[in-house]
Amino acid sequence: MPRTLSSILLALLVLIGGSTGLFALTADDLKPLAEDDFDAKNQALNQIIAAGDAVALRVLEAMGQDAVVATADGRVLIQDGDVLKDPITGDPVDVKASDVQGITLNNLLRARVESGLSGLRLQAPDHAVREKAINDLFQAPDAAAKPLIEAARSKETDPVLKARLDQLWALTALQDPDAAKRLQAVQLIGERKDPQMRSLLAPLVAKQADGTFAEPDEKVRTAAAAALKAMAFEQWKIEMIGTLFAGLSLGSILLLAALGLAITYGLIGVINMAHGEFLMIGAYATYLVQEFFKSHLLGVLDWYPLAAVPASFLAAAVAGFILERCVLRFLYGRPLETLLSTFGISLVLIQLVRTVFGAQNVEVSNPSWMSGGIAVMPNLILPFNRIAIMVFALTVVGIASLVLNRTRLGLYIRATTQNRRMAACSGIRTWQVDSYAFAFGAGIAGLGGCALSQIGNVGPDLGQNYIIDSFMVVVLGGVGQLAGTIIGAMGLGIISKVIEPFWGAVLAKIAVLVLIVLFIQKRPRGLFALKGRSVEV
Amino acid sequence: MKRSNLLKLLAFASCCTVACIPPLVGAESTEPIKVGILHSLSGTMAISETSLKDTALMTIEEINKSGGVMGRQLEPVIVDPASNWPLFAEKARQLLSQDKVAVVFGCWTSVSRKSVLPVFEELNGLLFYPVQYEGEEMQKNVFYTGAAPNQQAIPAVEYLMSKEGGAAKRFFLLGTDYVYPRTTNKILRAFLHSKGVQDTDINEVYTPFGHSDYQTIVADIKKFSQGGKTAVVSTINGDSNVPFYKELGNQGLKANDVPVVAFSVGEEELRGIDTKPLVGNLAAWNYFMSLKNPVNDAFKKLWFAYVQEHNLPGGDKRVTNDPMEATYVGIHMWKQAVEKAGTTDVDKVIEAAYGQKFNAPCGFEEELDANHHLHKPVMIGEIRADGQFTVVWKTKGTVRAQPWSPFIPGNETKPDHLSGVFPLNIGIETANVDGLKPIQQ
Repeated sequence: MPRTLSSILLALLVLIGGSTGLFALTADDLKPLAEDDFDAKNQALNQIIAAGDAVALRVLEAMGQDAVVATADGRVLIQDGDVLKDPITGDPVDVKASDVQGITLNNLLRARVESGLSGLRLQAPDHAVREKAINDLFQAPDAAAKPLIEAARSKETDPVLKARLDQLWALTALQDPDAAKRLQAVQLIGERKDPQMRSLLAPLVAKQADGTFAEPDEKVRTAAAAALKAMAFEQWKIEMIGTLFAGLSLGSILLLAALGLAITYGLIGVINMAHGEFLMIGAYATYLVQEFFKSHLLGVLDWYPLAAVPASFLAAAVAGFILERCVLRFLYGRPLETLLSTFGISLVLIQLVRTVFGAQNVEVSNPSWMSGGIAVMPNLILPFNRIAIMVFALTVVGIASLVLNRTRLGLYIRATTQNRRMAACSGIRTWQVDSYAFAFGAGIAGLGGCALSQIGNVGPDLGQNYIIDSFMVVVLGGVGQLAGTIIGAMGLGIISKVIEPFWGAVLAKIAVLVLIVLFIQKRPRGLFALKGRSVEV
Repeated sequence: MKRSNLLKLLAFASCCTVACIPPLVGAESTEPIKVGILHSLSGTMAISETSLKDTALMTIEEINKSGGVMGRQLEPVIVDPASNWPLFAEKARQLLSQDKVAVVFGCWTSVSRKSVLPVFEELNGLLFYPVQYEGEEMQKNVFYTGAAPNQQAIPAVEYLMSKEGGAAKRFFLLGTDYVYPRTTNKILRAFLHSKGVQDTDINEVYTPFGHSDYQTIVADIKKFSQGGKTAVVSTINGDSNVPFYKELGNQGLKANDVPVVAFSVGEEELRGIDTKPLVGNLAAWNYFMSLKNPVNDAFKKLWFAYVQEHNLPGGDKRVTNDPMEATYVGIHMWKQAVEKAGTTDVDKVIEAAYGQKFNAPCGFEEELDANHHLHKPVMIGEIRADGQFTVVWKTKGTVRAQPWSPFIPGNETKPDHLSGVFPLNIGIETANVDGLKPIQQ
């Protein structure tokens, strides 16, 4: 912060020496800030931005940090820790911090404060500060900043920033009285191909109530129409990519939720109604790791997911191991009893978590590197947390398939799945393999829970929301094949996302269910059915 | 096992339900006045309703400490309808006919209220309902202390349309798929029409309960906002709000570009979730915990003292919210009415309740109108990072409720209030009040 501050101060010197600073702010100009009247506040803000001097910068900075306060008799002050300062002179004043109240700014005013600050920073000597100011102004172009943008535009030397400034200027120049300037502005906006700018250009080609165009100049109208057409195409591309991404993202979530089930149900044949609760255990393990980092390792809080991944795997695997050893072991070959007992266990687990952690959802926040997203096209931002989950899902599938196909445990699991008695004859302790395989499947579910905690709510009922989806994926994909699970999950994800824009979320869900029922009629064993003698076992 | 069996088993398993907890019944005594508390303490609604039960008990304790009602102590009778709508009716019947309570404070969802209404009519009981709802109701046996649509939804949209609120031209109505959002959006659509907003500038979208994937909807909002300044009116209920706001934040939609105003997101709902992505978005209520006035200070002090004394879970992280304030106000209104009537007889209390005034924690003197609703101030708050709200706009005074929204056709003939027009205790047919059957036999 100090670096930015000093560079701003330098920028100020430039400003004061330069064109602005037409009039100085007085305490009376600031007075409306303490009032309740929105228009008066807005007007005061206009004046502050227009003044553009050191006082303005001080006041705006303080407003941006919610540090502007007012006394009961309406005197506006700046709070700096426990010290209150006069906004005009910057000197400490003799008022106690307990005697003042913060002024209220609503969204609109806060946005104007931000863009005012960015406007003042447009001529900062530091390249990075200028760039940030320009980018911030793009987010919220403000008409009051137009003179500042024009001043900066004439002075900017960096060609990249100059081009950005030109576009920025265009946003504020659409109402300029000079038709040539308007035309230039329209062309500059058109070059950006940002569909979000459609609302700026659309009024130019629209007819007014009396049949005349709002935009008198024909050339400007033609340019605007062409730009709008390009934007519509751009929007179509964005929608296509966006839908595909959303489908893959939903698919990878379904995949993570269902993968553990594909192992326990697909390979071992246990109908585990408590599968969802393994997801929940994984999510709560993530929560506990986060809380531990918060209290003991605050400095590296952002990296808690790295520790949460093994923790959630272990927690769910241990729970799965205990469940297998204590209950399921005695129920092999009796699917109905297995189903009912695991359903009962799921209720017990939910109630247990409710008793320990409370019925309220717990707070699992994204680490800062998982918040926000990457702008791949104007107006198309792919969120980091969804990208991270896709990568994570692929990694987990890779690990699962490595374990199943390349390790001794995997060999034993496959052997036991295909022919239990033959496997036992060759010296495999099948009862032990069952425990390990079930624990492994549960652990994978725990990993799924860890990922789900980054995207949805963590509460006792978390598992209930995913159990049906998980079964759908496994049934659709076919039993005993990881590839089937992957294709099933991705297919379901993309189909739901393609249907959703047309029919809405409620009908999309129903449509997917109907599709699956129809599909199962045709292929009762799912997409990828195991073939050969082992199927009959 | 066979795949076809699996589906049957799944269906069977999902039909299994959890048994409910037996109710607590107070000791038999003629001296204290019995009052019923009918809030879900288990099941999905427990999260919201438990704190209303706590508030009711706190208020009763406060009244008892200051001498009770007409010198008689209040004795709470707590039952747990377990978020099970038919069970609400059963428990209400038990409160009225077995426990003979003088009044019941309870219900949250509209469907639970609708479920107990026939019981209160039949046994002539009295219910204080403390939650904001969709209107379209005015029953003799119910006092509604939450907001009607004109005390929450409509002022919020007016704010969004004002210059101050961002001068929105297009509206994205997003809700959970059930009666409250659908009715509210029906009213809002008619209201927007009256303000000259075309159907092409309104988009209405519903999601199922517990929906967690808002990617498509947020992309839709973005696309919709290309047509002009857009605001989102959210009637999403429950914890679906969290993934919704998260997705908004991650896809870069800021409250400055497209503000979201919510009608079901309050302090209690924000407790224990990550509020960073929500900052700057709006909520419309009649009370916020962050209000600074002496009555609210006293209310909060009372609440935290109660929480501490009874060692309630959550401790000092507990919050107060709008329905809790409405519960508190409702109980005091009833107390004043009983004292004025000099009896707990339901008909006399109802008559005495009209015009009762109470200094509410919202900082205004609220009045119980003859239309069975409170006059309430309307406030718009912006979510802060600490899970509280900054009030950015509020009405100058209180607003009278319009339970029959003028924006729903056919409501013009509905009565404006229940006293006078339909004198009580003479058993006349008030067929046009609820449309179908007489209120009193």
